[in-house]
Amino acid sequence: MISSLLAFLAAHAVVVIAIIKIALLLFIVLTVNAYLTWFERKVVAHMQSRWGPHRVGPHGLLQPLADGAKFLLKEDPTPAGVDKFTYFLAPLMALALALTSIAIIPFGPDPLPWTIWGQKVYLGIADLNIGILALFAITALSVYGVALAGWSSNSKYPLLGGLRSSAQMVSYELALTMSVVGVLLLAGSFNLRDIIGAQAQHPERGIFGWNVWPQILGFFCFFVAAVAETNRVPFDLPEAESELVAGFHTEYASFKFAMFFIAEYTSMITVSCLCTIMFFGGWLSPFPASWTFTHYLPSVILIPFGLWVIWDGIRYETIFGRIILPGVGTAITAIGAVLVAFPAVNEFVQGPFWLLSKIFVFLFVYVWMRGTLPRFRYDQLMSFGWKLLLPVSIANVVITAFAMLAKSMWGAK
Amino acid sequence: MGCEVTPQLAIFFVLAALAVIGALNLIIQRHPIHSALSLIVVMIALAGLYLLMGSEFVAAVQIIVYGGAIMVLFVFVIMLLNAGVEERTNISKLAGVAGIPLAVALMGFLAAAIARSNESAQAGLQTGALANTKEISTMLFKDFVYPFELTSFLILVAILGAIVLAQREKS
Repeated sequence: MISSLLAFLAAHAVVVIAIIKIALLLFIVLTVNAYLTWFERKVVAHMQSRWGPHRVGPHGLLQPLADGAKFLLKEDPTPAGVDKFTYFLAPLMALALALTSIAIIPFGPDPLPWTIWGQKVYLGIADLNIGILALFAITALSVYGVALAGWSSNSKYPLLGGLRSSAQMVSYELALTMSVVGVLLLAGSFNLRDIIGAQAQHPERGIFGWNVWPQILGFFCFFVAAVAETNRVPFDLPEAESELVAGFHTEYASFKFAMFFIAEYTSMITVSCLCTIMFFGGWLSPFPASWTFTHYLPSVILIPFGLWVIWDGIRYETIFGRIILPGVGTAITAIGAVLVAFPAVNEFVQGPFWLLSKIFVFLFVYVWMRGTLPRFRYDQLMSFGWKLLLPVSIANVVITAFAMLAKSMWGAK
Repeated sequence: MGCEVTPQLAIFFVLAALAVIGALNLIIQRHPIHSALSLIVVMIALAGLYLLMGSEFVAAVQIIVYGGAIMVLFVFVIMLLNAGVEERTNISKLAGVAGIPLAVALMGFLAAAIARSNESAQAGLQTGALANTKEISTMLFKDFVYPFELTSFLILVAILGAIVLAQREKS
C-alpha cells in the first residue's frame, strides 16, 4: 500500500515536488506577510516615539496571530445593492494574482545539495523564459481587483478609489515597463536567472558589477513606479483615508478585507524581490568573490543577534516572554553555529542569505517611506508619472542602447 | 486519423471552450462591466492558446496589452460614465433579414478556410516557429521593418489626434 503510493509519487516526481514547493512557499509568504505587518507597525511606531504593538506576546510578536484570528471570526456582512458576483470576485482576483507573481521569483542559485527522486530541486517554482514579461502580465491584471472592488461596492468612496487606482496603475505601468528595458538590454534575456547571471560577469568587482550603477535612472523610475503600482505611501491615493474613508475596500469586512490586505503586502514583497534581482544583483554578494572570509557574515550576524535575544528574554517582564524569547534566541544562535560548523551548508546559504537581506532592506524602505512621506496630490501624481517618469525611463533606454552600441564598436577593436 | 487525447489537446479544448463561452457571455450579459469581464476572459484564454503553441512572448504581450492596458481602459470608462444595465429590445428587422444569413455565411467561409488550410501551416504553428523572442524581433526589425515603422507612425498620428481633440480651447 505505502510502497505503491511511494512508487506513484516517484513516477510523478516533477508534479509532486512542484506542489510541495508551492505549498511551502505559500506558507512562508503568508507568514512573512503577517510579520511584515508587525514589523511595519513597530518601525512606524518607533519613528513616531511610540511603542507599537506590545501586549500580545513578548514584544507584540503574537499580534499577527491575534489579527488573523480576528479577521476570521468577524462578521462578514454583504452590503445591500452590491453587484454580488463582482463583489466576491474582486478580493479573490487581487489575492490570487499577488500570490501568483511570487511563483516566478528564483530564491537561490544552486539546486538543493541532494536530489529528490532523482530530480534536482531549485529554490523557486517557475523558471520561465519570459520571466519578467510574465510578471508584468500579472501586474497588468492586478488592477482589476482594485477597480472591480471599487465599482461593485455600489458606494461613492469605493468608486472614487477604484477610479483613481485604475488611472494611477495604467499611468505608472508604462514607466514601470520602460524602466526595465535597460536591464533587459544589458542581460539580453527576460529570464530572471539570466538577469542575475549577467551581473555576475565580473565577480571580482562585487557590488560595482550590479546593474544599479549603469542603470541608476532605470532603478529610480522602476522603484517609484513599482511603489505606485502597489498603492503604497506616497502613492496610496486609492485608499486615502482622509478623503475616501478607506477607498476601494471601504465596503469590505472580515476576511475579504484581509485578502486585499495580504495582496498589498505580497506585492510589496514581489516588488522588493524584483528590485533586488534586476538592479541589486539578486543573490550575488556585494564583496569581491576572492573575499571568502565574508562567507561567515550570516553567522556573524545570526549569533550575536541570537545572544542578544536570549539576554533580552531573560530580563523580560512577563513569564511567557522569559520562556519564549530565550528559546527563539537559542534557535537563532544554533543556526549561526551550524553554519560555522558545516561549510557545505554555509556555501549553500550564501545566495539566499544575500537575496533575503536585500529584500529585507527594500521592505524596510517601504515602511520608512510610509513613516516619513506625505501623500501626493492627485494632479501631482499624474504630472509626475507622465511628465517626469515616462520621459526619463525612455531616455534611459536610449542612453543604454547607445552606450552598448558604442561599447560594441570600440570595445571590439 | 488518430484521436488520442493528449494533455495538450485537453488543455486546448478547455481554453477554446473558455474563449467561446466568454465571447457568448459578452453578448448575453446585460451589464457593461460583466461584458467587459467576459472579454477579459476571452483575451486570457487566447493568451493560453498562444502559450500552448509555444509562443510565450506573444502570450505575455497579449495579456499585457489586451488583457491589461486596453481592457483596463474599457473598465475605467464604464466606471467613469457609471453606465447602467442595458435595456433589451427586440431584434431589428435589418439584423434579422441580412445579419443572420451573413453571420452564417462568414462562419461557413472561416470553417472552410481552416479545413482546407494545408498541413504544413498547422504543423508550423504547433512546433512553435515563433517561440523565440529573438526571432520575433529579427522579423519585426529586419524583414518587416517598413510595415512596422509605418504602423508606429500611424499610431503616433492617432495619439497626436487624440491629444488635439482632448485639449481644452484656450480662451
